[in-house]
Amino acid sequence: MEIRKTNNNGELNVKITGRVDTNTAPELEQELKNSYEGCEALVLDFADVEYISSAGLRVLLSAHKVMSKNGGLKLLNVSEDIMEIFDVTGFKDILTIE
Amino acid sequence: MKELVIEALTDNLTELLAFVDEQLEAADCPVKTQMQIDIAAEEIFVNIANYAYKPSIGTVKVLVEVTEDPSAAEITFIDSGIPYDPLEKADPDVTLSADERQIGGLGIFMVKKTMDDVKYEYLDGHNVLMLKKVW
Repeated sequence: MEIRKTNNNGELNVKITGRVDTNTAPELEQELKNSYEGCEALVLDFADVEYISSAGLRVLLSAHKVMSKNGGLKLLNVSEDIMEIFDVTGFKDILTIE
Repeated sequence: MKELVIEALTDNLTELLAFVDEQLEAADCPVKTQMQIDIAAEEIFVNIANYAYKPSIGTVKVLVEVTEDPSAAEITFIDSGIPYDPLEKADPDVTLSADERQIGGLGIFMVKKTMDDVKYEYLDGHNVLMLKKVW
Protein backbone atom coordinates (compact mmCIF):
# COMPACT_ATOMS: atom_id res chain seq x y z
CA MET A 1 0.00 0.00 0.00
CA GLU A 2 1.14 3.54 -0.79
CA ILE A 3 -0.26 6.78 0.56
CA ARG A 4 0.13 10.18 -1.07
CA LYS A 5 -1.15 13.27 0.66
CA THR A 6 -1.92 16.62 -0.98
CA ASN A 7 -3.10 19.62 0.97
CA ASN A 8 -5.45 22.03 -0.77
CA ASN A 9 -6.13 25.02 1.48
CA GLY A 10 -7.14 22.85 4.43
CA GLU A 11 -8.75 20.11 2.36
CA LEU A 12 -6.52 17.10 2.57
CA ASN A 13 -6.57 14.65 -0.32
CA VAL A 14 -5.20 11.21 0.52
CA LYS A 15 -4.60 8.91 -2.42
CA ILE A 16 -4.32 5.27 -1.43
CA THR A 17 -2.79 2.74 -3.80
CA GLY A 18 -2.83 -1.03 -3.32
CA ARG A 19 -4.20 -3.23 -0.58
CA VAL A 20 -5.64 -2.11 2.75
CA ASP A 21 -5.39 -5.25 4.86
CA THR A 22 -4.58 -6.31 8.43
CA ASN A 23 -0.91 -5.47 7.96
CA THR A 24 -1.23 -2.19 6.05
CA ALA A 25 -4.30 -0.68 7.78
CA PRO A 26 -2.29 0.48 10.86
CA GLU A 27 -0.07 2.59 8.57
CA LEU A 28 -3.13 4.23 7.01
CA GLU A 29 -4.58 4.83 10.47
CA GLN A 30 -1.37 6.50 11.63
CA GLU A 31 -1.14 8.66 8.50
CA LEU A 32 -4.71 9.84 8.99
CA LYS A 33 -4.17 10.52 12.70
CA ASN A 34 -1.19 12.69 11.83
CA SER A 35 -3.36 14.64 9.40
CA TYR A 36 -6.40 15.56 11.47
CA GLU A 37 -4.92 18.68 12.99
CA GLY A 38 -5.58 21.66 10.76
CA CYS A 39 -7.50 19.49 8.32
CA GLU A 40 -10.85 21.04 7.45
CA ALA A 41 -12.01 18.28 5.12
CA LEU A 42 -10.61 14.88 4.34
CA VAL A 43 -10.91 13.28 0.91
CA LEU A 44 -9.80 9.69 0.34
CA ASP A 45 -9.13 8.85 -3.28
CA PHE A 46 -9.94 5.14 -3.71
CA ALA A 47 -9.25 4.91 -7.45
CA ASP A 48 -6.27 2.59 -6.95
CA VAL A 49 -7.45 0.65 -3.91
CA GLU A 50 -7.54 -2.99 -4.93
CA TYR A 51 -8.65 -4.57 -1.71
CA ILE A 52 -10.03 -3.71 1.71
CA SER A 53 -10.66 -6.09 4.59
CA SER A 54 -12.37 -5.43 7.94
CA ALA A 55 -9.13 -3.94 9.33
CA GLY A 56 -9.38 -1.20 6.68
CA LEU A 57 -13.09 -0.68 7.30
CA ARG A 58 -12.30 -0.11 10.97
CA VAL A 59 -9.89 2.71 10.01
CA LEU A 60 -12.52 4.29 7.73
CA LEU A 61 -15.13 4.19 10.48
CA SER A 62 -12.90 5.91 13.02
CA ALA A 63 -11.79 8.52 10.44
CA HIS A 64 -15.44 9.13 9.63
CA LYS A 65 -16.22 9.65 13.32
CA VAL A 66 -13.34 12.09 13.85
CA MET A 67 -14.07 14.07 10.68
CA SER A 68 -17.84 14.23 11.18
CA LYS A 69 -17.16 16.84 13.85
CA ASN A 70 -14.65 18.54 11.63
CA GLY A 71 -15.43 19.17 7.97
CA GLY A 72 -16.31 15.63 6.99
CA LEU A 73 -14.80 12.66 5.22
CA LYS A 74 -15.47 11.92 1.58
CA LEU A 75 -14.45 8.97 -0.59
CA LEU A 76 -13.84 9.39 -4.30
CA ASN A 77 -13.48 6.99 -7.23
CA VAL A 78 -14.59 3.83 -5.41
CA SER A 79 -14.50 0.85 -7.79
CA GLU A 80 -17.50 -1.39 -8.27
CA ASP A 81 -15.84 -4.31 -6.46
CA ILE A 82 -14.94 -2.22 -3.42
CA MET A 83 -18.40 -0.63 -3.46
CA GLU A 84 -19.91 -4.08 -3.08
CA ILE A 85 -17.93 -4.52 0.15
CA PHE A 86 -19.27 -1.18 1.41
CA ASP A 87 -22.76 -2.31 0.43
CA VAL A 88 -22.60 -5.69 2.19
CA THR A 89 -21.23 -4.14 5.40
CA GLY A 90 -23.61 -1.16 5.48
CA PHE A 91 -20.69 1.27 5.03
CA LYS A 92 -22.33 2.62 1.88
CA ASP A 93 -24.97 4.23 4.10
CA ILE A 94 -22.47 5.57 6.64
CA LEU A 95 -19.77 7.01 4.39
CA THR A 96 -20.04 9.88 1.97
CA ILE A 97 -19.09 8.36 -1.36
CA GLU A 98 -18.96 10.40 -4.56
CA MET B 1 -5.42 -30.34 -3.41
CA LYS B 2 -2.61 -28.02 -2.30
CA GLU B 3 -1.45 -27.67 1.26
CA LEU B 4 0.40 -25.00 3.21
CA VAL B 5 1.43 -25.15 6.85
CA ILE B 6 2.44 -21.85 8.42
CA GLU B 7 2.70 -20.27 11.83
CA ALA B 8 -0.48 -18.46 12.81
CA LEU B 9 1.02 -14.96 12.78
CA THR B 10 -0.44 -11.93 11.02
CA ASP B 11 3.05 -11.35 9.58
CA ASN B 12 2.42 -14.47 7.49
CA LEU B 13 -0.72 -13.08 5.88
CA THR B 14 1.05 -12.12 2.66
CA GLU B 15 2.49 -15.63 2.34
CA LEU B 16 -0.94 -17.18 2.94
CA LEU B 17 -2.63 -15.00 0.32
CA ALA B 18 0.15 -15.61 -2.21
CA PHE B 19 -0.45 -19.34 -1.77
CA VAL B 20 -4.22 -18.97 -2.17
CA ASP B 21 -3.83 -16.65 -5.19
CA GLU B 22 -1.48 -19.07 -6.91
CA GLN B 23 -4.20 -21.74 -6.90
CA LEU B 24 -6.96 -19.32 -7.91
CA GLU B 25 -4.98 -17.78 -10.77
CA ALA B 26 -4.16 -21.24 -12.12
CA ALA B 27 -7.93 -21.83 -12.25
CA ASP B 28 -8.68 -18.51 -14.03
CA CYS B 29 -10.70 -17.26 -11.09
CA PRO B 30 -12.29 -13.84 -11.87
CA VAL B 31 -10.53 -10.87 -10.24
CA LYS B 32 -13.51 -9.85 -8.11
CA THR B 33 -14.09 -13.40 -6.86
CA GLN B 34 -10.41 -13.69 -6.04
CA MET B 35 -10.61 -10.49 -3.98
CA GLN B 36 -13.63 -11.83 -2.09
CA ILE B 37 -11.88 -15.15 -1.40
CA ASP B 38 -8.71 -13.34 -0.29
CA ILE B 39 -10.68 -11.15 2.10
CA ALA B 40 -12.47 -14.20 3.54
CA ALA B 41 -9.16 -16.06 3.91
CA GLU B 42 -7.60 -13.02 5.59
CA GLU B 43 -10.44 -12.66 8.08
CA ILE B 44 -10.30 -16.34 9.06
CA PHE B 45 -6.50 -16.47 9.23
CA VAL B 46 -6.21 -13.26 11.27
CA ASN B 47 -8.85 -14.57 13.67
CA ILE B 48 -6.79 -17.70 14.21
CA ALA B 49 -3.59 -15.65 14.54
CA ASN B 50 -5.18 -13.39 17.15
CA TYR B 51 -7.04 -15.90 19.25
CA ALA B 52 -6.23 -19.57 18.73
CA TYR B 53 -2.88 -19.92 20.48
CA LYS B 54 -2.22 -16.71 22.39
CA PRO B 55 0.10 -16.17 24.19
CA SER B 56 2.04 -18.95 22.51
CA ILE B 57 2.45 -19.57 18.78
CA GLY B 58 0.98 -22.45 16.82
CA THR B 59 0.51 -23.46 13.22
CA VAL B 60 -2.35 -23.49 10.75
CA LYS B 61 -2.73 -25.99 7.96
CA VAL B 62 -4.44 -24.51 4.91
CA LEU B 63 -5.87 -26.75 2.19
CA VAL B 64 -7.00 -25.36 -1.14
CA GLU B 65 -9.03 -27.43 -3.53
CA VAL B 66 -10.11 -25.99 -6.86
CA THR B 67 -12.67 -27.74 -9.04
CA GLU B 68 -13.56 -27.07 -12.67
CA ASP B 69 -17.14 -28.13 -13.04
CA PRO B 70 -18.59 -26.22 -11.32
CA SER B 71 -15.78 -23.66 -11.05
CA ALA B 72 -15.23 -23.41 -7.32
CA ALA B 73 -12.62 -23.18 -4.61
CA GLU B 74 -12.75 -24.78 -1.21
CA ILE B 75 -10.33 -23.51 1.42
CA THR B 76 -9.98 -25.30 4.73
CA PHE B 77 -8.18 -23.92 7.78
CA ILE B 78 -7.13 -26.41 10.45
CA ASP B 79 -5.61 -25.33 13.76
CA SER B 80 -5.16 -27.02 17.12
CA GLY B 81 -5.77 -23.92 19.25
CA ILE B 82 -8.58 -23.39 21.71
CA PRO B 83 -11.95 -24.60 20.39
CA TYR B 84 -13.70 -21.63 18.82
CA ASP B 85 -16.50 -21.40 16.33
CA PRO B 86 -16.36 -17.90 14.79
CA LEU B 87 -19.68 -18.52 13.01
CA GLU B 88 -21.51 -18.51 16.33
CA LYS B 89 -20.72 -14.85 16.83
CA ALA B 90 -23.84 -12.72 16.39
CA ASP B 91 -23.91 -10.71 13.16
CA PRO B 92 -23.33 -7.00 13.60
CA ASP B 93 -26.28 -4.71 12.90
CA VAL B 94 -25.15 -3.12 9.64
CA THR B 95 -28.05 -0.68 9.61
CA LEU B 96 -26.83 1.31 12.63
CA SER B 97 -25.40 4.81 12.28
CA ALA B 98 -21.64 5.44 12.49
CA ASP B 99 -21.85 6.42 16.16
CA GLU B 100 -23.71 3.27 17.11
CA ARG B 101 -21.69 0.86 15.00
CA GLN B 102 -19.66 -1.80 16.75
CA ILE B 103 -16.81 -2.88 14.57
CA GLY B 104 -16.39 -6.35 16.12
CA GLY B 105 -17.65 -9.28 14.10
CA LEU B 106 -17.53 -7.41 10.81
CA GLY B 107 -14.82 -9.64 9.34
CA ILE B 108 -16.71 -12.88 9.91
CA PHE B 109 -19.90 -11.20 8.71
CA MET B 110 -18.17 -10.36 5.40
CA VAL B 111 -17.08 -13.99 5.10
CA LYS B 112 -20.64 -15.25 5.59
CA LYS B 113 -22.05 -12.73 3.11
CA THR B 114 -19.56 -13.25 0.28
CA MET B 115 -18.88 -16.99 0.40
CA ASP B 116 -21.34 -19.60 -0.85
CA ASP B 117 -20.73 -21.93 2.06
CA VAL B 118 -18.92 -21.64 5.40
CA LYS B 119 -18.71 -24.55 7.82
CA TYR B 120 -17.06 -25.06 11.17
CA GLU B 121 -16.46 -28.22 13.12
CA TYR B 122 -14.29 -29.27 16.02
CA LEU B 123 -12.70 -32.53 15.04
CA ASP B 124 -10.15 -34.61 16.97
CA GLY B 125 -8.82 -31.60 18.85
CA HIS B 126 -8.77 -29.33 15.81
CA ASN B 127 -10.76 -26.33 14.68
CA VAL B 128 -11.72 -27.01 11.07
CA LEU B 129 -13.16 -24.12 9.12
CA MET B 130 -14.10 -24.52 5.48
CA LEU B 131 -14.93 -21.77 2.97
CA LYS B 132 -16.45 -22.44 -0.41
CA LYS B 133 -16.91 -20.04 -3.30
CA VAL B 134 -18.40 -20.88 -6.70
CA TRP B 135 -17.89 -18.75 -9.83
